[in-house]
Amino acid sequence: MQTEFSKEQNLLRDVVSRALRDKSPATAVREQMASDRGYDEAVWQELCGDAGLAGVHVPEAYDGAGGGAVELGIVAEEMGRTLFCGPWFASAVMAGSALLEAANEPERQALLPGIADGSTIATLVLDDLNGPAGVGGSIRAAGDGKLSGTAAMAVDAHVADLLLVAASGDTGGLGLHAVEGGAPGLGVEPLQVVDPTRKLSRVAFADVPARHVGDVTREALSRIWDRICSALAHEMIGGAQHLFETTVNYTKERYQFGRPIGSFQALKHRCADLLLEIEIARALTHHSARCLDAGEGEPYVASMAKAAAADACMSAARAGIQLRGGIGFTWENDTHLWFKRAKGSEVLFGTPAIHRERMMTMLEGAA
Amino acid sequence: MTPEGIRREVSAWLDEKWRVDRPLIEWREILLEGGWAAPHWPEEWYGRGFTLDQTAVVAEVFRERDVVPAAQVGPRGLASETILACGSDDQKGRFLRPILTGEHTWCQLFSEPGSGSDLAGLSTRAEFKDGKWIVNGQKVWNTSAHHADFGLLVARTDWDVPKHQGISYFLLDMRQPGVEARPLRQMNGHQSFNEVFMTNAEVPPEDLIGGEGNGWHVAKTTLSFERRGFSRRVRGSSLDGPKQGPIYAEYDEELRIATEPYTWYPQREGRVDLVLPRARETGAIHDPATRQEIAKLICLYTGAKLASDGAEARRKAGTTEIIPAGSIGKLAASVIARQASHVHTMISGADAMLSGPDSAADGIIAEVLVSVPAISIAGGTDEIQRNIISERVLGMPKGFRADQGPFRDIKRNA
Repeated sequence: MQTEFSKEQNLLRDVVSRALRDKSPATAVREQMASDRGYDEAVWQELCGDAGLAGVHVPEAYDGAGGGAVELGIVAEEMGRTLFCGPWFASAVMAGSALLEAANEPERQALLPGIADGSTIATLVLDDLNGPAGVGGSIRAAGDGKLSGTAAMAVDAHVADLLLVAASGDTGGLGLHAVEGGAPGLGVEPLQVVDPTRKLSRVAFADVPARHVGDVTREALSRIWDRICSALAHEMIGGAQHLFETTVNYTKERYQFGRPIGSFQALKHRCADLLLEIEIARALTHHSARCLDAGEGEPYVASMAKAAAADACMSAARAGIQLRGGIGFTWENDTHLWFKRAKGSEVLFGTPAIHRERMMTMLEGAA
Repeated sequence: MTPEGIRREVSAWLDEKWRVDRPLIEWREILLEGGWAAPHWPEEWYGRGFTLDQTAVVAEVFRERDVVPAAQVGPRGLASETILACGSDDQKGRFLRPILTGEHTWCQLFSEPGSGSDLAGLSTRAEFKDGKWIVNGQKVWNTSAHHADFGLLVARTDWDVPKHQGISYFLLDMRQPGVEARPLRQMNGHQSFNEVFMTNAEVPPEDLIGGEGNGWHVAKTTLSFERRGFSRRVRGSSLDGPKQGPIYAEYDEELRIATEPYTWYPQREGRVDLVLPRARETGAIHDPATRQEIAKLICLYTGAKLASDGAEARRKAGTTEIIPAGSIGKLAASVIARQASHVHTMISGADAMLSGPDSAADGIIAEVLVSVPAISIAGGTDEIQRNIISERVLGMPKGFRADQGPFRDIKRNA
């Protein structure tokens, strides 16, 4: 199994990093988070339509770049670093992973190319965002294929052309269903959110026409969950790194008591501890993607990554505010943007505590 | 030389020379003459100028054939590497050979009751009188000092210059009336170290190493070998299982004495390996709160291992980034040990009050609980590691210092 990034992967990171620094500066983030759609369609076209960032993990057979979880993670990490606003996570990561793991072959051929080149904006609608065990409790697929029920929260559903919905069938099994944006009976209600850089909507289904695209076994749902959580962990590591670097730099520039505040041990030691926490979380996160691609490693590797990255990112966010003091608590300062994303990502697809319990269940059985 | 070439050559030599019925010292004399005692040393000093990787091949052959190597375990390795790096030819000629044969054991005389983290603030005094150095002062945390023949001593020889400039480094004969080593009992009950009291102890001028006032530089050389875990890399000392032959009895006794101070070291690292077995055995594996803490420990342990492997791979690939793997790894080890100790406590519950043979894991868990506090102190406290990381990796500014100027004027412990 790979233990380091290849030359090509490092090159991908450089290209993505440069593009995002250019297209997603903090001023753009502020603009998009205040908008209804939440992203800039011209930038989306450049990053996904031209540069193919939504298809890095999609096999070449479906017009993707043929990479895997590692490439997906690289893009996610750089997006987390710049706090990119757009439906990339919903479409490429969530919907893409669901199709790759659960859709039947004709549907993959029909749906993945559009996601890969950014012409389709898709999302995955789940009626439980805490853990795979609760999925299918609310949304049902009737015998005629129509969906009813509610998802309390769905990422970027307000702009989705395609909603992939996990719903329980008559016989109790879980299926993946494709719903077109604007389908009759579909209600998408944007929600007020803590993190305005990632839009959430309440999605209600009232006999909505849908197409069954594949069965979702519990194992497949677990693998979908793992892929999404590994990518989300990467995004959080990117965010943590941004918070950490800017915070350390701030302590070198800010003077109090006649000296840079970064010369005080109270701050130095907090930064050293943070470095360690981020290094450990980053190692677990990169490891998780390599394991997913190789089909090796600890079965609970994605949960380790998600739990550790969420904790590290929140530690970096808390330190980012605290070490800036008063200015860090203002709206004008950018730190709160990353803080809010960190908070949202911490709980999306399972809190750290849920993932630690998931680890232990995989390792030792249920409590 | 290729690994295969080295293998062939050392094997042919061993076919001819190695016998289990020789006395230990006699065998090592032969080993020295053959140039296989310390292959990474230069040719003029018993070696072959091998790289560490080449030397590891030799050690591997020795291990495979159960051949007793040169004496390496314990502080003697620090002594030989320091003398080799900084000593005069006269010193190399007198000291290196009996270190390799095992005739002389050594100890390190660095820390003092008044200067722990601030080693350069040491105040043991060495004065030149009537053609020799007279030493007065006290050292502490001296492993193996109670049976050592010689000590690596740093002492202050000039009180009127800044603190780093007034230190000299000596090779001290421990077997003299002015030197007394007293065992130091630790909070976990073990006696792994000593205090060493020097009262008008004498050092001949030819046993000053590196020149007067240059002791800090020599001390840093010793510390860099200590940090690199040098002796571990080239050791090749532990032979598995009982071996028949008179030489093994002598060798085992040497190893027993040299390694005795370290028997509790696995416990100070928290015994992560015992966590799941203990949790299953007690039923704590079903407790949701304990499961959370075990999972945190697994994340820390797995992640730290991956991070350290990754840093090592990048170092080998010739990265230019600053990786103070030592400091980060040491801080990680402390965090892991504390979390393991915390988890062991949760698992044991009230039984954590007991120690000794009737307690959990034959007293091992109790020893974990009272040994883990050592790991964040020994070899540089966590706080010092955090200073190193924040200043050298993160480039954060150094703090205010109150120890500039002549050492005589600096406030220090009474």
